Amino acid sequence: MNAPRTLFDKLWDSHLVLPETADTPAILYVDLHLLHEVTSPQAFDVLRAQGLKLRRPDRTLATLDHSTPTLAADADGERPYATSAAKEQVAQLEANCREFEVELHGWDSAARGIVHVIGPELGATQPGMTIVCGDSHTSTHGAFGALAFGIGTTEVGHVLAMQSLLQRKPKTLAIHVDGVLPPNVSAKDLILHVIGTIGVNGGTGHVIEYRGAAIEALSMEARMTVCNMAIEAGARAGLIAPDETTFAWLKGRPRAPQGAAWDKAVGEWRELKTDAGARYDREVHIDATEVKPTVTYGTHPGMAIAMNAPVPPARNTIEQRALDYMQAVAGKPMQGTPVNVVFLGSCTNGRLPDLREAARVLRGRRVAEGVRMLVVPGSEAVRRDAEAEGLHEIFRAAGAEWRMPGCSMCIAMNGDFAQPGQLVVSTSNRNFEGRQGKGARTVLASPATAAASAVAGVIADPRAYLTGAAA
Amino acid sequence: MKPVTRIHSRTAALADENIDTDRIIPARFLTTTTREGLGKVCFNDWRYLSDGSDNPTFPLNAPDAQGCEILVAGRNFGCGSSREHAPWALLDFGIRAVLCSEIADIFCNNALKNGLLAIVISEAEHRWLLNHSGAELSIDVREQTIAIPDGGHIRFELEPFARHCLLEGVDQLGFLQQHGDAIVTYEQRVEKAA
Repeated sequence: MNAPRTLFDKLWDSHLVLPETADTPAILYVDLHLLHEVTSPQAFDVLRAQGLKLRRPDRTLATLDHSTPTLAADADGERPYATSAAKEQVAQLEANCREFEVELHGWDSAARGIVHVIGPELGATQPGMTIVCGDSHTSTHGAFGALAFGIGTTEVGHVLAMQSLLQRKPKTLAIHVDGVLPPNVSAKDLILHVIGTIGVNGGTGHVIEYRGAAIEALSMEARMTVCNMAIEAGARAGLIAPDETTFAWLKGRPRAPQGAAWDKAVGEWRELKTDAGARYDREVHIDATEVKPTVTYGTHPGMAIAMNAPVPPARNTIEQRALDYMQAVAGKPMQGTPVNVVFLGSCTNGRLPDLREAARVLRGRRVAEGVRMLVVPGSEAVRRDAEAEGLHEIFRAAGAEWRMPGCSMCIAMNGDFAQPGQLVVSTSNRNFEGRQGKGARTVLASPATAAASAVAGVIADPRAYLTGAAA
Repeated sequence: MKPVTRIHSRTAALADENIDTDRIIPARFLTTTTREGLGKVCFNDWRYLSDGSDNPTFPLNAPDAQGCEILVAGRNFGCGSSREHAPWALLDFGIRAVLCSEIADIFCNNALKNGLLAIVISEAEHRWLLNHSGAELSIDVREQTIAIPDGGHIRFELEPFARHCLLEGVDQLGFLQQHGDAIVTYEQRVEKAA
């Protein structure tokens, strides 16, 4: 009988072209390669310079998301790019995709959107796959039981040319989330709580498998939120074993297997779980019942606490500098801190249920005087679905801006950014110094917290707005 | 890639922990389509004041730090975004080696593939180097040692294949290309089973 294996072991073993040796890393086959405009141009240049072909255009999928404006084109069709360089970068991906015959979800595609939103929407992301992209939030796709991780541009070139990567086998970390999340506490609160517990480097060198009753109870979108931020704990990837929730979500999507092929695939996907008795290199237990609405108070995602808990005192000058940058005060909770900007969107929280959660808070309410709120759907599909439900009307009536899909103010390279000193309550994934604009101060939060904070004008507990809001 | 065998330089230190790749190169500079010329925006928002002049409190602006090719950085250097622009910017800025007690995975991979030595050392050695900024070090990639001024040596581990590529000055793509047949065999096996 075979030794019991973890989910990660199964994914790793099934994609080995050559196993690792003392002298050389493993060669790992890549099932799906996602591309966007920022991290691919230099890799295509390598193909051209060396006269190489794109090995598997059928396993390559591209979109425009990072440098793209979220305001509509003008009457002449001219798009309001932040800079001519941004426009040129987008044009370059369009040209590269034409030259190398890559499927591109560009401006004219009804499926365009953030790369980690559209992969699953198209059904391109499937259990059991290896998925890479020149983007650290590729870990998102691990929600489907795929081994998915971010790579650098040199490695993008390797995958374009050889559909394979050189990799050392990472270690495994099981995060068991036991119990049930309290009402109106979301997956974002959970993952911020997890990173606050294990630390911003708590996953370095490891692939995380999230498991336990609280994880199994999550929707696919919530699972994507949790896996998305695996990298914020330094992990190579985050994984959740696929189950009936996964299969139901994927069924019928354009690139998902159809008919008999679907039944066969599901049969195989059911094997994608950690065997009883399999060993992880490390294990951590988290009690879901203890999770509260959680926010960050410092300048990395590991500096996270319940919003009503006092900010912990700095343990060294580096932490003090982070508190000073944030204008956070040790001993005082983040709840009640005045807010300038609220950003709802990103590959972490730019999906339909995220927008619904925020809309539940905003329905019939107004964004506070002096607060700017930006709502950026994760994809054209999310935008269409949200508009069909009238969510955009709720946001607009509340005084928020309803934008076109893209990464927008998460990475703030498309012209959407906050001013120096402004405090942004953001549903994105990184609160690094200057991430959302030079000198801007980011507080990471759930969509409901973001919406409640927009209404209150200060960081606010969404539960006060959600109780009875569904009526 | 040129071979990287030995680096001899004084050190400069950035003691902050968790220096993320957004700090190394802010995202608004990522609209470039080449890998050249990013040194001028390396650490941009830390290095310059809002009027464009040098920030006197940024350690690498100090006169002593000029020309230093070895950076001793606080724990968990290079965390966050996978942007390879970070090692490109550091190299163009003149940094050829980063010494740290812990280096983020993707940054470490990206750095080594570009000939930027990303070297993990013990916490005690790391503390010593942070406290002795400006020390003259000699890094020997073949021997995997760092000679320190008192005559002692620090040993370090380097992934053997990355070390081989650094010493020979070869791109890792060549290794994948040598195994093109194995990749074809893998594809045929998987597609037959499907």
